[in-house]
Order: sequence, then C-alpha cells, then structure tokens
Amino acid sequence: MTSPYPVATIIGVLIVALSIATGLIWLERRLLALWQDRYGPNRVGPFGLLQVVADMIKIFTKEDWIPPFADKPVFVLAPAIIVVTVLMTFAVLPIAPGIIVTNLNIGLLFFLAMSSLGVYSVALAGWSSDNKYSLLGGLRAAAQMISYEVFMGLSLMGVVVLAGSFDLAKIVEAQRKMWFVIPQFLGFVLFLIAGIAETRRLPFDLPEAESELIAGYHSEYSGMKFGMFFVGEYLGVTLISALIAVLFFGGWLGPWLPPIVWFFIKMFLFICFFVLLRASLPRPRFDQLMSWGWKMMLPLALANTLITGAAVLAFR
Amino acid sequence: MLSLLRTLWAVFLHAFRTRVTVQYPEQKAYLAPRYRGRIILSRDPDGGERCVACHLCAVVCPVDCIALQATEDENGRRFPEWFRINFSRCIFCGFCEDACPTYAIQLTPDVEMGEYHRKNMVYEKEHLLINGPGKYPGYNFWRVSGVEIGGKDKGEAEHEAPPTDLHTLMP
Amino acid sequence: MSIAVPGNSVATIYIDDRGYKADPKQNLLHACLSLGFNLPYFCWHPALGSVGACRQCAVKQFKDEKDTHGRIVMACMTAAAEGTRISIQDPEAIAFRAAIIEGMMINHPHDCPVCDEGGHCHLQDMTVMTGHDYRRYAFQKRTFRNQYLGPLVNHEMNRCIQCYRCVRFYREYAGGRDFNVFGLRDQVYFGRQADGVLENEFSGNLVEVCPTGVFTDKTLKQHYTRKWDLQMAPSVCVHCGLGCNTTPGERYGRLRQIVTRYSREVNGYFLCDRGRYGYEFVNGEFRIRQARLTRDNHPRNITKAEVIERLAPLLAEGRQVIAIGSPRASLESNFLLRTLVGRERFYAGVSDDQFRLISTMIEILGGGPAHSPSLHEIELSDAVLILGEDITNVAPRMALSLRQSVRQEPMQIADKMHIPLWDDHAVRQPLQDAKGPLFIASPAATRLDDVATQTYRAAPDDVARLGLAIAHLLDDNAPSVPDLPSEAHTLAESIAQALKKAQRPLVISGPSCNNEAVIQAAANVARALCVIGQRAGLSFTMPECNSFGLGLIGAPPLSQAFKTVRDGAIDAIVIVENDLYRRAPVRSVDAFLSAAKDLIVLDHLLNPTAGRATLAIPAGTFAEADGTLVSSEGRAQRFYQVFVPEGDIQASWQWLRDVMAAEGREEGLAWEHIDDVIAAMAVAIPALAQVQQAAPGATFRIAGQKVPRQPERYSGRTAILANIDVHEPKPPIDPNTPFSFSMEGTHNQPPAALIPYFWSPGWNSIQATNFYQTEIAGPLRGGDPGVRLMDPTPDLQGKYFDQVPPAFAPSSDEWLIVPLYHIFGSEELSLSAPAVAELAPQPYLALNEKDAKRLRVQAGEQVTIQLDGMAHSLPAQIKAELPLGIAGLPVGLPGLARFSLPIRSVVEREITSPHTS
Repeated sequence: MTSPYPVATIIGVLIVALSIATGLIWLERRLLALWQDRYGPNRVGPFGLLQVVADMIKIFTKEDWIPPFADKPVFVLAPAIIVVTVLMTFAVLPIAPGIIVTNLNIGLLFFLAMSSLGVYSVALAGWSSDNKYSLLGGLRAAAQMISYEVFMGLSLMGVVVLAGSFDLAKIVEAQRKMWFVIPQFLGFVLFLIAGIAETRRLPFDLPEAESELIAGYHSEYSGMKFGMFFVGEYLGVTLISALIAVLFFGGWLGPWLPPIVWFFIKMFLFICFFVLLRASLPRPRFDQLMSWGWKMMLPLALANTLITGAAVLAFR
Repeated sequence: MLSLLRTLWAVFLHAFRTRVTVQYPEQKAYLAPRYRGRIILSRDPDGGERCVACHLCAVVCPVDCIALQATEDENGRRFPEWFRINFSRCIFCGFCEDACPTYAIQLTPDVEMGEYHRKNMVYEKEHLLINGPGKYPGYNFWRVSGVEIGGKDKGEAEHEAPPTDLHTLMP
Repeated sequence: MSIAVPGNSVATIYIDDRGYKADPKQNLLHACLSLGFNLPYFCWHPALGSVGACRQCAVKQFKDEKDTHGRIVMACMTAAAEGTRISIQDPEAIAFRAAIIEGMMINHPHDCPVCDEGGHCHLQDMTVMTGHDYRRYAFQKRTFRNQYLGPLVNHEMNRCIQCYRCVRFYREYAGGRDFNVFGLRDQVYFGRQADGVLENEFSGNLVEVCPTGVFTDKTLKQHYTRKWDLQMAPSVCVHCGLGCNTTPGERYGRLRQIVTRYSREVNGYFLCDRGRYGYEFVNGEFRIRQARLTRDNHPRNITKAEVIERLAPLLAEGRQVIAIGSPRASLESNFLLRTLVGRERFYAGVSDDQFRLISTMIEILGGGPAHSPSLHEIELSDAVLILGEDITNVAPRMALSLRQSVRQEPMQIADKMHIPLWDDHAVRQPLQDAKGPLFIASPAATRLDDVATQTYRAAPDDVARLGLAIAHLLDDNAPSVPDLPSEAHTLAESIAQALKKAQRPLVISGPSCNNEAVIQAAANVARALCVIGQRAGLSFTMPECNSFGLGLIGAPPLSQAFKTVRDGAIDAIVIVENDLYRRAPVRSVDAFLSAAKDLIVLDHLLNPTAGRATLAIPAGTFAEADGTLVSSEGRAQRFYQVFVPEGDIQASWQWLRDVMAAEGREEGLAWEHIDDVIAAMAVAIPALAQVQQAAPGATFRIAGQKVPRQPERYSGRTAILANIDVHEPKPPIDPNTPFSFSMEGTHNQPPAALIPYFWSPGWNSIQATNFYQTEIAGPLRGGDPGVRLMDPTPDLQGKYFDQVPPAFAPSSDEWLIVPLYHIFGSEELSLSAPAVAELAPQPYLALNEKDAKRLRVQAGEQVTIQLDGMAHSLPAQIKAELPLGIAGLPVGLPGLARFSLPIRSVVEREITSPHTS
C-alpha cells in the first residue's frame, strides 16, 4: 500500500508536518488567549497569522550564541536530533490510503524506537550546555522520558493484539467496525498521558520548568538552535495527536468526507486538547511524576495488556 | 482525577466568554485624573511658578531621578534655577507628588511618552512646567508662608499679624 | 543593672527605673544625652551651659522608688546627683514637652520648604521627636521685619523660638557688643540696633548655634543645597595656622559650605568667620582648572598627559632644577617636591625673617620645658600673657578660647558658693564682670582688649623687653632688662604675680611682630614659670596652615634660592602652591623668576607667580586633595578630598608623583597611594614619623566597607548628569582614603578622624555631634583626631635667651611701620572668597593722633611712605592706641605687595593737587 509517488509523498509529508508545527506557534497562542479571555497575536496579517513569519524572521536573525564553556559539537548536534527523530516517525504515519512514506510492518515499533532516540537530544543538550540548570533539566528529561516510554509501549500492546499487527495502516483498517478507543479505553488514556510526558508538554514540562530551572535543558540555546527545540516540540505534539487518531480513533476512516480530511480533523482535535491541557493544569512535582509513572501507570498498562490478551483468547 | 476534568471543562468554557483585552491604539483605556503618569510642574493661581525648590521630591525619589538647583529672585522668592527629571529612570511611584509641600509637582494621566532614544526621556524645567494649577486649583504656598517675597510683605500672609513695632513699649 | 559611661562618672542615677552611671558635676540633660537618650532641648548648648529658658527638656523626677507621683523638672537645670530618679517616658512629661513645642510652633512661619535650615534643623528634629504635627491655634501669627546683617549671615526673624542661644553665644561667649535682644513678652527680637554688618569675628557660628533658621549661611544661599545632598569629608581649615577641623560640603562640582567638625582638643563647636566663609576661593573664577603652557607669550591649555610628557624631560636627572615649597601646601606635597629635586635644591618658600622665626618657635617648643597647649587647654588657662600678637586677627579661633579663659579664675567665686558650673546664668550673677588675668602687650590695639586685665602698647622691641623683664622677675637667672621704664616695671610685676598665682598659666606669642626677641621673651617667661614649678603653657601662632610642617621638613629660605639662581645657571624652577610676590620684594622675585627658562608653578589660583609660569599646573585645594597639615599646636591632621573636580585638577603631590613615575624613578612608581608617601616621609624625616598615626590608612574598612562621603539620602544620582549622558557614570574610585565618592558603604560611626559629617537617627542638625562624643562636650569616641608631633623636653637646666634688645626710640623724621593684621584680608586664599573680600578693609596707614597732627594729616587724607625704595600713597587712619613714632600698615591686602615689616620709613603728607582740594 506504499505510495506510488514516493518522492512527492516524502516532500509532501515534510512540508505538511513542518507547516503544521510552525502553524501551531500561532494556533497555541491564539487558543491559550481564547481560553484566557484574551486575543493573542492579532496584529500581523489577517488574524495575526503572519505572526509566525515574524517570529521566524526574528528567530533566524537572532544572534546564534554558543557559550564558550559549552561542548560545542554536542551542543550543535542536540537540537538536530530531536527534529530528525520526530520527522523520521512521520515516515511510517498512514495519513490516508496510499499516502504514507513507507509502510513498515513494524511501524509501531519504529515509532517507539524513534521516540526513545529523542531522549538523547534533551539529555545531550542539558549536558553539553555546562550549566547547572541545563544539566538538571536534561536529567529530568531523561528520567521522565525513559520512565514513561515503558508503559507507553505497553499501553499499545492491547491495540496490537486487537489488530494483530504492528503495521499502522493495518491497525487503521482493523478499526472499520469499531474504533479501538472503545475496547481499549484504558490503553488510550495511558497512551495519552505517556504522549504528553514524551513531548514534555504541560502539565509534564518539568525538564524546562521556568520557575525552577530558567528554561531547563535549553537555557543556553538561542537563535535557530532554540527554534529547533521549539519546532521539535510542536512536531512531537502533531505526531502524538496523529498517532492517537491512528491508533484509537480510526485514522482516516469516516463517512462522507475524503479520508485525508477525516485524518486531519481528528489530529487537529487532539492538538487542541494538548493546548487545553496547557491552559488548565498545573505542573506536578517531579517525585509525583515519577511515582505515578512507575506505581500507577505501569501496573495499569500491564493489567490492560493482560486483560486484553485474556479477552482476545477467550473470545477467539 | 475528576477535578482535573472539571478544570479542563471550566477552562474550555472560557472559549465562549467575551474578551477583556482593550485594543490599545484604537481603543483607549480610561485613566483616572489621579493616575500616575507623566510628571509636570504646575503654576499657582497667580501664574507664578509653584515649585519653591525645597528638594523634597528629589530626596524622596527612590530611583534618584530628580535633580534641581534652587535659586532666588531679587525679592526672595525661591524657585528652581533648573529642574531635571530623568524619565528613563522614573518608576512613576508618585512619592514626589506626596512629598511636595506646594502641590507643584504632579503626576498626570498621560502615559504615552515612549521614545526611540533614552536621552529624549530627560525632561528639563521647560518641558515640565505647565500653564495651570493642575489638579489643585486655588492653593498658593506663598499666601500661607511667612516669608517676604515680591508683592507680599511681612504680615500679609494668611493668619499673620502686621509686623511687630519694636519701638513701642505698650503692653 | 547599670551601664558605665567613660569619664569621671561616680553617681548612679535612675532613668525610667534603670540605673546608669553619671557625672554628679553635670546636669541631667548632659547625663541623658551622654547616655544616648533622645531628650529634646533648645536653649541648652554644650558650650554655653544651661539657663532653663525653653522648658523643652522636661522630665519627671521622683523622690525615691516608692514615689509614684513625681514632679516635672527641667533636666538641664537639675544636677545628676547620686540616686536621682527620673523618667523621660512618663506620659505627663511627654505631654508637657509636646505642649511646649506646640506653643513654640504657634508663631513659626509655614516656610520649611524655602528655609535654608530645612533638613538640618534642630527645631524640625525636636518637633518630630515630640510628635507635634498640626497647628490648632486659630489666631494670628506675630511677624517681624528682618535686618541686613552683612554678607555672611542671613536673618529671618519670623522663625525665632526665643531660645536666647544666639544672644548668649554672641554676647557672653564671643564677646560681641552689636547684637542684642530687644522688645518684650511675645515680641522679643534678636538683632542689631539697626541694620548693619555683624562686627564679631565669630558671627558665622550663629548659623549653627541657632536651633532653627533665623540665622543662616548667606554664602550657602547663593548656591543652596540641602545637607542630605552634600558630599562631605573631614577637612582641616587652611586659613590660619590653628588647623580647625571642618566639614566642607560639595554639590554639582562646587564647594557649597563649611561647617564645624567638632573636635574637643582643637576647635570644639565653633569656627571663625574666615574659616567658615573663606571656602569660596575654591569655586572662584581665578582658579587654574587646566594646565596652561606659555610659549613666546602665547598661553594655551594642555592636557594632563601632555603635562607629564613635557615635565619629565624638564626635570630629568642631571638638569639644574630647584624647587620652592610652601607653608600652605601639605606635608606630602612639600616632601614629594623635595624628593623630586633632591634635598639640597629644595627651598622653603618663606622669607628669611619668617623662616628664622618659625625655626626658633619650633626649636623652643621642642627643646623648651613648656607644653604647647591645644585650644581646649587654652580655654582652661587661668592666666594669660600675650606678647606681640593680635590673636583675633591672626589666629581667630584662639581668641574665642581666650575669651573663655578669662572666666576660669573668677569661676572659683561660683565654686565657693556651690553653684554648679553648668548653671550658666547662676554662675554669671556672682561673677558679674569679673575677669581673670589676661595681659596683652602689642604694638597696636587688639580685639581682645575689652577682656584684658591690662594692655601694653609698645614697639615690638619694647614688647620683648617687657616679656624679658617678667621672666627675670619670675626667675632671677633669666636675663634682666636694663633701663625699663617704671610703668613697664610695675606692669611686669603685676603680670609676674598673676602668672605665679595661676594654676595653668599660659604665654602666647608668634611671628606677627616679625621680631625674634618677642618670641624669645615669651620662651623665657614660659621657661621661668616652669623653673619655679608652674605647669606653664606656651603657644605660638603660625602664619599659615602648614608653616609648622614646613619648618619640620626644614629647608633653606627663599633668599638662598635667589642666591643659587644668581650664582649659577638654572634650567628650571618648580614652585608649589606659593605666590612669591607675597613673600619677597617685587624686584628680587622678578629677577628670580626670569632666571630659569622653565618656570613650573603648581597652584590653585592664577596669582602673579602662576601668571608668570611657563607651565601653570592646576593643583587641588584642600577640598580636592588629600594631605596632612601640622597646626600651630604641633598637631598633624589629615584632610580628605571632598570631591573630584572637573578638569585635570589633582593634588600637587599627585602631579609630582606622576612626573617621577614618567621619569621612571623608583619612588614615583612605588608611591601609589598617599599612605606610601607618608610611610616614605616618616623614614626620610624622623620629626614626621608620627604623621602615620594621624588617621587610619586607605585600607581601613568597617565591616569590609568604605565610609561614604554622601549621606544615605543623597538625591539625584540618576538625573544630575542625565542632560549630558543618560548612562550614569561610575562613581570615581578613591584609592587614597577609606572614603567612597558615593552613598555606598557603611553608615556606622567611623573613627574620629574619619567622620564625614555628623548625623544620628532623628538628629539631622549639627547637634548630632552629641552622639559622637564619649560624653557631651568630651573627646570624640576613640580620641580626637590628629597626632601631636611635639612634646616639651622636661629639661629645666636649659638656657634662657639672653639677648635684650634696646628700647625703641621714636625718631623725628622716620616712623616704624608695623604690620597690622585683619581677619578678613590678611590671608591670601580667603581673600578670593567674595564674602570675605567684601569685609576686607581698603589699604590704609594707621597713625597715632599726635603723629597725625604733627604731619597735619586728617583721617582719610593721603600720605606717602617709602617701602623697598618705592613710594606708596595710602589714606591715613587715626588709631589712638598706637605708640608714638609707630605707624601701622595692613598686610596681605591686594595692592600692597608683601613687605618685610616692621620697617622704618618716612611718612609724608601728600601734596594734593589744587583742583581736588
């Protein structure tokens, strides 16, 4: 089911993913403002849409400062890793029938692998900055991402068991009768929480907690290197939203409208949900975050896998 | 857990509220007459300079952004030879107005004083002095103060008896 | 529980039920303030004593601890007797004090914002202390008209609270006659009988004595600045040799005022008007602010770097350079100059006469048995002999001390009647006009004659003869004086008697008569007193602020320099802070200055000498430089830079050090700070070894912090220079002293030598001095500043001076012209201050009435005298007290070059041209 025009698809996916990520800069600010009874950016262009362009110009023309005490090669490499790993995952994302860069039969595992690699980015950024706040942020990020990755994978096992495949397109097809969110509601909740933690979004943005760590692992970054972290975060949000749609809400499946439209509607709703979380919830303490992960989420994910497996065996 | 969902819902409902932002250059916020904005020096009802160069505004200023030099005219009326406020340092706390014994220095509801060059934020007396009494009409320090100035002799201020005749021994 | 107070405290008193030690010879107010209590007062002054006029210091006194009722007493009028129980915090006492203030404020004008006293006003402080804030009295305020009191003191009578301090100071303490209190009931008026200049030389102290703004500093008014806005540092007055401690204040780069810096040993609470008002020369238009290079009669300003660049080769080793030091330059500047050119090419920069007299005086003080007293000790003397000095006009502050000394002996009357000495008016009642012995022998009348027991008017030689005769009467071994007139002999006998009877006799003399015999006579009297077992004091006035110091450094006088120039080729002459035209005849100075190709002058003012310089360099005045001066007492005192002036002005020693550094000389490179210079000086000149102890060094810190020159509330930091640049410059760094040029640093009390200004919480006026003293009117905490360099040799076997000058014989055609001194006018620097210049007299020639008649001259008519071969025409003035054959000529005035007086000259009536007569 691989796309007949692979190069065009690659370029298309890249452009769409990146423009959604940059568009999110504007969207998030507007949505936050909406929920806080404000306007948000509304001066540059229609509805303030060109704010993104203005921000891009700004961030590109800023002084790109590398601190003299930083480990320079690692410092430069770190922001690139995050963007690369997230973009790689987009390769296995089934957007619509025939619109997929490469239809791996272990697509889901590929996603999990790439998201594990993403840890390097923040850990290296925190370490190479040679700054106590950056280092603390990097440590937190590494601990948080590794912990939450464990049950992220486990929470998806139910879906895999139901679909009988790691192939994402097949998982979508398997939801024709019923979205997996119904049988796998617990799995959905666990994956959602793990996804927030993986993207280090609020309320789980402890690695960059401004009130304690200045800006955490990217305290020393400026200019486009900071921009890469920024875009990387929005790419992550887009990716997790897309995956939720694909894994639990039937991906492109839906009546009347073309499949690609359905896909984007579902993804967009989850992106908005991410912003709503940021607008509403306070940040937990780091020890709370870790104990939830290990003491609550992991047992629940294991239980979910166990029960789903048992149920599948029983009803086969 | 439920509280989290309730919070999410409550925040979500804000999407349907009216927005509180005042769209500034098109709409203007109301600034009360006693708003603490740009500082001016006023004149007394007779049109004379109210400032008597007592240095109290300068000493009370927490950022030390007021400097002046006192001088006197030939009739003993004291006024600032020069008076300078560095608005690039001013924090508009209004202490100077509180300290002023003559109502000379006043803060006004004008906040539109942005400049591209900091040096343009340094105001001299000619920039500060206005042509009226500002918020406090009617008060004239020299009318209550017991010093002699041009146009007001000893004993001519409020609540003052005529100057003592030292050559009388009458009880 | 009791808290010990230093001093001879023995009584235990109870204040608010806590026991404290107090001096029973003092009053309760004195005790409370010494213990640090905030007790308001007005009419009491530490130097003036108590009169109980204002009723402000009310406290409640209890019979014993069982007494709960108590009674209100005035703390200043109650002795701090053993077991006294008082309460300051008693509600009734508090209410009483509040009521007193409210009554005083009924008539106080609503003018604090425009009052010069505001911000350092005792009345403000006391009003805040008692809590009065609102005038409830609905009726009218009484008003007064002001008087013109001269260029020094401003009068604003409406502010008066009738505490009587002014009139007590002016009449009773300073001996003024032209100021009094007039009127009755609530219309009491303090002023003169009519408008006019205050005659007393200490009128400026009214500014500080007045607790409010009735008397304010008129020179300050011309460039008014609040006390909190002044940058201040401890300083020493440069206008005479006494070395009074002062606090100059600066704002916006200009010196604004001088106030007294209390020091018990030196000047106490007071200054003379020359010291207080002479400061304006610092701001004068005649200042050298930029180095000026003159080549081919074309002067142009050059930068500091250029000066150093040009000077270094000029003064390089191997070149013939001579240097002239100065008695008004600091020890450091003189020492650096001496180091620069070498000891054998350094000259003292004073005339031969003065050089000889200064050396003699220092020799006597160091080698004689008599002790050189401080002004405080002079105040305590009970018999005084003045030989040849007009103290009020030469060393003014000493005259104020002498006025107190004449009360010492009669004070025993009060003591016998068991009147406590602090009870000022009770003491004055039995004393009436009784005066202790004070004898003045001088050629002309002096301003102390009104308190003198007897005066003796005679030529300098006769003054010396009188002194020698007294010495002979005291001790037979002293040389006798032949042919003494009988009246002089009688006088000598009564003086000898008085001195013999006294507990603390004092002899004062000095170089004013320019007569060595007078000084020797004074030394003989002092020695004779010591020989007969008296604790005698011997005090010499010094002509300039560092004459003593220059004498200790030691160098040949000016004539030797003139001779050197005549004898051999000289490449360059360096003169530091010295106007030679005031020290030697014009012709010889002209010749001297033209002898070298390069004439380098470092000075403050563009005086005639600096005007001739090929390179005139701006030297910092006392307010712009650090340095040490030695006072006539022999006390080395440090003065500190008050502000960093505009332009390239810096201390003379810094210029010379920079030049030496540019030459690559070891000293120039090593002597980074003033402490290094002083340390080197202590090694090179053993007589000055102790100067190091005069003040703490530059590394002194309190809790790691510097002492700020600016008060905590210094204002306008971010606006003063904003018109030039909105980025505030960093405050100047001061590597030489423990002071900072900002408000940053510790505001804890520094040691006595480092008190930049007196301030204590709630006490913004100069009365805050109370909190810096070990006890009221006692020494400053940690001892008064400065170090005495000279102590007498207790050798009674030493020799008397045995040269007896012949008696003066008036001649029929020649007059002996003696110098007459004026507090305003005779001193060089203060004459550039407009207020002082306004009070300086016009040049004149003073003649005895009979002599005037003989010359057929009336007052105001022109007479001609011959000085240095030149005729001078001067208006005549009749001074009845001048002895026959003696004429007086004021010294130091502009238009009269410096002559070595006394001198014999013909005096002729000027033939007036027919059309003017």
